[in-house]
Amino acid sequence: MLGRIFALVVKEFLTLLKDKRSRLVLIVPPLIQLMVFGYAATFDLKNVPFAVYNEDRGFASRELLAAFDGSPSFTRVAQVTHESEIAPLIDAKQVLMVVHVGPNFSADLLSGRPVALQVIVDGRNSNTAMLAINDVSVMVDRFNREWAASHDGNLPPSHVETRAWFNPNLESRWFFLPGIVGILTLLVTMLVTALSVAREREQGTFDQLLVTPLRPVEILIGKTLPGFLIGLAEASVITLAAVFWFKVPLLGSLLTLYTGIVLFLLSGVGVGLMISSFAVTQQQGLLGAFIFMVPSIILSGFATPIRNMPVLVQDITLLNPMRYFLLVLRGVFLEGLPFHLLIQHFWPMALIGAVALSVAGWLFRHRMY
Amino acid sequence: MSADTRRGGSRMRLRGLVRKEFLQIVRDPSSIAIAFLMPIFLLLLFGYGVSLDSEHIPLALVVEQPNADTASFTAAFKQSRYFNPVAYADTREAEQALMAGRVNAIVVLRQDFSRQLRQADGAPIQLIVNGVDANTARIISGYVEGAWEKWLEHAALQRGQKLDVPVQMEQREWFNSELRSRNFLVPGLVAIIMTLIGALLTAMVMSREWERGTMEALLVTPLSMSEVILGKLIPYFILGMGGLVLAVSMALFLFEVPLRGSLWVLFATSALFLVTALGMGLLISTVARSQFVAGLVALIATFLPAFLLSGFIFDIGSMPGVVQAITHLIAARYYVAILQTVFLAGNVWSVILPNVLGLAVLASVFLGLTWRNARKRLE
Repeated sequence: MLGRIFALVVKEFLTLLKDKRSRLVLIVPPLIQLMVFGYAATFDLKNVPFAVYNEDRGFASRELLAAFDGSPSFTRVAQVTHESEIAPLIDAKQVLMVVHVGPNFSADLLSGRPVALQVIVDGRNSNTAMLAINDVSVMVDRFNREWAASHDGNLPPSHVETRAWFNPNLESRWFFLPGIVGILTLLVTMLVTALSVAREREQGTFDQLLVTPLRPVEILIGKTLPGFLIGLAEASVITLAAVFWFKVPLLGSLLTLYTGIVLFLLSGVGVGLMISSFAVTQQQGLLGAFIFMVPSIILSGFATPIRNMPVLVQDITLLNPMRYFLLVLRGVFLEGLPFHLLIQHFWPMALIGAVALSVAGWLFRHRMY
Repeated sequence: MSADTRRGGSRMRLRGLVRKEFLQIVRDPSSIAIAFLMPIFLLLLFGYGVSLDSEHIPLALVVEQPNADTASFTAAFKQSRYFNPVAYADTREAEQALMAGRVNAIVVLRQDFSRQLRQADGAPIQLIVNGVDANTARIISGYVEGAWEKWLEHAALQRGQKLDVPVQMEQREWFNSELRSRNFLVPGLVAIIMTLIGALLTAMVMSREWERGTMEALLVTPLSMSEVILGKLIPYFILGMGGLVLAVSMALFLFEVPLRGSLWVLFATSALFLVTALGMGLLISTVARSQFVAGLVALIATFLPAFLLSGFIFDIGSMPGVVQAITHLIAARYYVAILQTVFLAGNVWSVILPNVLGLAVLASVFLGLTWRNARKRLE
């Protein structure tokens, strides 16, 4: 039996790797995507263009605006001298934000009257707008505190001391990179499995496979192993790159991490094979792979939190192996969670994998034309 | 006269090929499913599912010695729609809840909060956030500071004083004054979904003909290469526009995204984008020798780049220069910028025109390369 499975595995690897193009497609793009996406996926603003509309000639406004120029989030690209210039700049997306200082800013501030700093933001991307507003309000708070301290104003009777656990500088890249490990692992397993049965069905070689002495279980193992092994290799490479290139801390144990990877690969390969054996043509296989992959990434909590979804959609995400894998990855990488705290995410992946693989094996025999 | 008959013949040949493609589409229902069911299914799922507006964040409140001061502070959280506060007796218990992911943040008021409140350096309010999701962590700390400021103002008013804040920030958000994330996410989703549909519809088309050998049969007919490409493009373009009309109507009427630009700009630019997306699919299927490789390339080259590099969620301006340069190769990038502007800001030509130009360049590159590659393979 082992010999038969081995022969099938060798044949599967040959079909995947003997053609130069498909070999290239399996190895190169995921690595390029890791590099590109690793740098692209961040919510930290950097060099966002803004313009200043300063009607005040005093030193106080200059002091406040110096804080903007010193911030890595913003780059001053334009100076506005009249209100009518604001709209064209923002409309054309030349600046994300215009900071407006009124004419009596310094004088009012010195005489203790409250003054306003007007910030106009492009809300087309509301998330970027909110991040910019947050950054500005941090700078204004700091200015207020320093001003109150140096001009014997009243300090507020309390203050908020914030500490961020697991990610003290709140680098959003730390949050997204483990997610990218998950996404690319899913992509690779889909690449290897989604068309593997569909292609043989379309070309008629699957019927030949079924009349060989191989039992369905053996075919299943033979079809599972290549996706599993290639996925394991690529997940390891991507993890190494995340740790050594992008310097994401890996606090948890490798054993816990690999338990998660193995279970996720099983569920990914299982669903991929299930889709593939359900499809009659390769086009249907590809369609199925997309219909599975797209929601499982968008509804995984990768970019937008699951908590923000309506309850019904939250319930649907319980069927998504990616959801559990992301929790495992982030837990192991950033929080250093121990094995036993992650069991609640391990078993659903194992269950999804087991069900999907059995359905795939059953379909081998029962979906014939 | 001979030129005239040639043109007439070309039209007839093209009509024949388009008819053949349509028959193929009708007999394999998966193309129709891609064009019509996929936008409905995906837009419903994502339109409702994807949101960056955090509400009901679970938050642990630890008040070590409850009294009137702390009660007025915690009341601010109980009224807020952003938080679901849960009271914990001591910090250790709350920290365990944070570790287990049951709460996202802890607010601690120490034993001597009331006493320190009346002292010179003030009373600290401790906020511990789970920083793993840095974005949510920032939102939480922004909300907590907002609640804290409101509380200060309220307390000052009760004492008959005015709160002394030197500079007040006044913010105005143009185009999306409530900062409703759905307003920018739904147009972005339309762009991603149309990328998928465009590429999926055509990714396998030419490779299937090559693989089955019917391409050679097509080539011995009087059809020229451009006619073959046009013949493949037209039926899928019509299908894709159908899907696009569906998606845009859902955005307007179901998700109530305001449309501030004009409808014709929306559809004209969408048609151009669809040609670009279909062209990319045709190019993939021509370069790949087999459906297998074409399928793999379509999986890699469409969804993830459109999702991560289009400016749909992640701000392109904040990416490093090299990555920004790469985003220029992604058709969805131009379309997302156009859609977000036409939907939320209006017909701003200074945004629309450069992006239309970008799409046009990409479309001609894709179709030109398809034409060249298909011809070369003949030799």
